[in-house]
Amino acid sequence: MTTVLEPTNSFVTSFEKVDGHRAAWVNELRQRGMTAFCEAGFPTAKMEQWRDTNVSAIAQTHFVPAPTATGKAVLQLAKQYSFGDTAAAELVFINGHFDPHLSTTSALAKGIKVLSLEKAFETENVLLEKHLGKHARIEQHPFAALNTGFVHEGALVHIAKGAITEKPIHLLFLTIPGTEAAVSQPRVLVVAEENSESSIVETYAGTDGSVYYTNAVTEIIAERSARIDHNKLQQEGNMAYHTALMQVVLSERAAFVSHSTSIGSKLTRNDLAVFMGGEFAEATLNGLVLAKDEQHIDNHTFLQHEKANCPSHELYKHVLADKSSAVFNGKIYVQKDAQKTDAKQTTKSLLLTNEATMNSQPALEIYADDVKCTHGSTIGPVDPNAVFYLISRGLSVAQARHLMTYAFAADITRRIKVAPVRVRIEDFMTAQHGLPQDLRITDQARHDVAMQ
Amino acid sequence: MPTSTETIEQLAGQEYKWGWNVDIEADEAPPGLSEEIICFISHKKKEPQWMLDWRLKAYQHWLTMKEPHWAKIQHAPIDYQATKYYSAPKPKLKSLDEVDPELLKVYEKLGVPLHEREALLGVESSGNGENAPRPDVAVDAVFDSVSVTTTFQKKLAELGIIFCGFSEAVQKHPELVKKYLGTVVPYSDNYFATLNSAVFTDGSFAYIPKGVRCPMELSTYFRINAKNTGQFERTLIIADEGASVSYLEGCTAPQRDENQLHAAVVELIALPGATIKYSTVQNWFPGDPKTGKGGIYNFVTKRGKAFENSKITWTQVETGSAITWKYPSCILQGDNSVGEFYSVALTNHYQQADTGTKMIHIGKNTRSTIVSKGISAGFGQNTYRGLVKVLPKAENARNYTQCDSLLLGDKCGAHTSPYIEVRNKTGRVEHEASTSKIGEDQLFYCKTRGIALEDAINMIVSGFCKEVFKELPMEFAVEAQKLLGVSLEGSVG
Repeated sequence: MTTVLEPTNSFVTSFEKVDGHRAAWVNELRQRGMTAFCEAGFPTAKMEQWRDTNVSAIAQTHFVPAPTATGKAVLQLAKQYSFGDTAAAELVFINGHFDPHLSTTSALAKGIKVLSLEKAFETENVLLEKHLGKHARIEQHPFAALNTGFVHEGALVHIAKGAITEKPIHLLFLTIPGTEAAVSQPRVLVVAEENSESSIVETYAGTDGSVYYTNAVTEIIAERSARIDHNKLQQEGNMAYHTALMQVVLSERAAFVSHSTSIGSKLTRNDLAVFMGGEFAEATLNGLVLAKDEQHIDNHTFLQHEKANCPSHELYKHVLADKSSAVFNGKIYVQKDAQKTDAKQTTKSLLLTNEATMNSQPALEIYADDVKCTHGSTIGPVDPNAVFYLISRGLSVAQARHLMTYAFAADITRRIKVAPVRVRIEDFMTAQHGLPQDLRITDQARHDVAMQ
Repeated sequence: MPTSTETIEQLAGQEYKWGWNVDIEADEAPPGLSEEIICFISHKKKEPQWMLDWRLKAYQHWLTMKEPHWAKIQHAPIDYQATKYYSAPKPKLKSLDEVDPELLKVYEKLGVPLHEREALLGVESSGNGENAPRPDVAVDAVFDSVSVTTTFQKKLAELGIIFCGFSEAVQKHPELVKKYLGTVVPYSDNYFATLNSAVFTDGSFAYIPKGVRCPMELSTYFRINAKNTGQFERTLIIADEGASVSYLEGCTAPQRDENQLHAAVVELIALPGATIKYSTVQNWFPGDPKTGKGGIYNFVTKRGKAFENSKITWTQVETGSAITWKYPSCILQGDNSVGEFYSVALTNHYQQADTGTKMIHIGKNTRSTIVSKGISAGFGQNTYRGLVKVLPKAENARNYTQCDSLLLGDKCGAHTSPYIEVRNKTGRVEHEASTSKIGEDQLFYCKTRGIALEDAINMIVSGFCKEVFKELPMEFAVEAQKLLGVSLEGSVG
């Protein structure tokens, strides 16, 4: 194996210690992942896809696989982020390890399976072998390759033909690091069969004040006419690194909605790729970034229109305070055969300070002629005219600015159907900006009004 | 729409109208690139030592560089040793009367009023009836590597305006050249600009003194004539405080099978309060329509630096070249400076274009506007690539970008890759892009009014480009519109 990594690199040494898996295909998959990672190495700013995100801090830190944790702090954190009764099922992972005591799957409807990956290797081997690692493009994503090298823990969500879950399935990944910088690499596989309907939430959270790293990969397969509402809420600790690849594959008439919200972490890089492999498939990608201090949040989205008649809508918003920085790179790729594609991409960013930096790279790559593709990107301050108007109605300058900022973000949050996610984002915004309670759009009734 | 596809193919099948090649005995350097060749060029041009040193510095730097491959273009590897870096028409010309009649014919075919008397006659004769008299145009014609003649030089000299070939400027105005050369595009800027810095042969030089408004359009016409020669021209335009100038650049090249390399550098300097308008109509040979063989590789670095209250406008109509790699940019250094970029890029047959602009906002209250129209037909690939950067000190910077692409046919591609970086909260940056095909309902409507499909397409395309054409000087706008029609012939659907 030609490698650009030092043999003493902590990932290389930990890989050597990974126990062999019972199933040969898993070992092969891991080897393939690790080989791809070693060949690519850590991305550098010279690579076009990584020009604005410097991951040398991850490369230079000596990470050890995160050990399990128990105790009061764990319970408290789990309680803080739990959906309680509002979830159809909740799988809790502490430092990447499945915790059966904190998890619950009793309220699941018929035809829906939510289980830890470890368990799934025993009972769902055929399904896993068919899909796991078959969709994420590890050659293009070194971190996804790294995750594949350590494939072990995570979750499998399987929605059988025609099954419907109205309540969300919650996958909660919590990190409570010990003394050493720890890494966890969760892997999620979602298989939604024909005509199913599901709502899935992935939450990534952890404690402030210590360095840790989460490197996640999620593969989602939506078969014919399946509908998936997906939420990702990233509230990692303030010294955490977070990299994630989500690869979605849509068949004919499948509909996929993604809400990706990034609030926490010191450095985040999300890659969201949607392969529209069937006619009339529909994708909606919404994203919200709320960054402060010296946070750096990078969202790369890739919409691959392979078949005709597929609409896609994308809306990403960024609110950047202090010295934070964000990157948005959204590509719409339209294959020759994908005629009648209707793709619309919008990204808007609000800079609250002069130290904040926004990098926006919306891109269209189009090889079909009968298409309607647009993208729009705006970056600017809080509108001084609107602030002036609000001041004239008796608000203070700070209140007016907060209200405008809140409204800017509410454009995204009000589209989120899962109430606990919406509440959590709004809690965060309220805490940060001190908004009066009566301005919040948290309860369902108000939400529905707002949607109309 | 089978009918329109046929029309497209017919239109696309048109021959390159400017594809002839006049045999003029040329004084050439042997092919290849080395310090000797650079010394040879420098010696031929009787350049002072500092100029040669600058060239050699650039050459040494070039040897350490790698050819860039980030653009969305594909081409066979370029053999830099197979290119001839110097080719001058022989014998050396001293006055207009000595100009080779063959050479004059070339320009006549192009319709360039090279001959001063002819130009004047043209003005007089066209002023009949409703037509307003044509404004004078001063032409500096660059034939292969040498600036052949410059018209109106005397008239301009009265106002203190210097407009001459680059080599002449090095001889006669070394202080100006020394002061400004490489201040916008340094010799180490990029692979092709560095190559140009080492081997550039000629180009145009213009200096507009303080407060002078240049009374006529300055114009350069470039031709690549001899086989296997690259054209490496270098243009330097300086508008001193409060001055204003409009500059036109037009290019054509005869038909050749081999790909010819063209790596030019244009530097604009707009001192406080100055205005520079730089317009280009580029119609180099695009390669064989059927096979994509041959054509010009147009790798150009164009950049302007705008000081306080100054304005730089780039307008380009790119219909030729096998490959266009070109990003006319503005460094908005001074407060209240303005940068504009208007572009129409057409790729038909096997042409590829990766073009756009960079707007670097450094000063306060700087403003920039980008309007880019891309048209792809046949197997053409058209990419808009642009950067808008607002630096931390650029308070109240404003940018508006619009890039629209039109697709004609299902074998072409249109791509948009803008980069937007904002580091100041008062910066306002807007970017809009759209890609669509020509509206069938629009075509249908035109046809119901008795307009032939081809005319309808031309009409719609020229409407699509109107925003850019209106920025061109009048003479150019007419030519550009015609050129677009010709380039588009046989390519619509």
